[in-house]
Amino acid sequence: MNIYDIIFYLFAAVTVISAFFVVTTRNIVHSAFFLLFTFFGVAGIYVLLGADFVAIVQLIVYVGGILILLIFGVMLTNKITNVQIKTGTMQMLPAAIGVGLFAGFLLSTVVSTDWKTISRHVPLPDAGTIGTLLLQQYVIVFELLGIILLIALLGAASIARR
Amino acid sequence: MENIGLNHFLIISVLLFSMGIFGIITRRNAVMVLMGVELILNAANINFIAFSKYGNFGYNGQVMALFIIILAAAEAAIALAIVLNIYKTFSTVNVDEIDRLKD
Repeated sequence: MNIYDIIFYLFAAVTVISAFFVVTTRNIVHSAFFLLFTFFGVAGIYVLLGADFVAIVQLIVYVGGILILLIFGVMLTNKITNVQIKTGTMQMLPAAIGVGLFAGFLLSTVVSTDWKTISRHVPLPDAGTIGTLLLQQYVIVFELLGIILLIALLGAASIARR
Repeated sequence: MENIGLNHFLIISVLLFSMGIFGIITRRNAVMVLMGVELILNAANINFIAFSKYGNFGYNGQVMALFIIILAAAEAAIALAIVLNIYKTFSTVNVDEIDRLKD
């Protein structure tokens, strides 16, 4: 068991355990903070997969942007005065059974499938190549996503102000 | 214990995806439903990057993961604006109590 395996299991444990707490804790603010650890764990897994640019983007956008937005959403939609930051749950047992069956099916599919992997090719972390791809092969998608992001943020601001 | 391979990453992705679905169907608060969606998007991203590495697709999977992250940001902003409006209208964000289309 080398150092790569140990780090992998560490990040995997952080990711999965905190994701479990995200969906089971009753306090929404605690859920949001466990979501922070999940995002950190996923970023670590990206680094282990040789995608450190995506890991940095994950940290900046998810932790710095989306999580803050979610916490704003929690704070603005709960009456702070009478501390109603609890969330109700419904139909726990049927949901647990259904999701458990679904996860078991997916897991058995993943494990039993003979994935054709090429292990000798490990792409070196290189943000420059990603930038070249973004501006050459994927330039239409890139520009469209920019427009979508602009429209979405303007729309969100105008919807929220109404 | 076998070496870390594609399967390990896929299993983490499956677990994240399942817990995201569990969060979506059991939580009543709309913001918690959004958190479940974010978990599912992260699971999809792990799959993209894992297949990008182990399937010899170069950087294409990583670029797709970047696109997913951008879309997730747009989706979170829009969804939270809608949630704020719903809260203004109904004084609650529990998705099972919001069952009127108009007053």
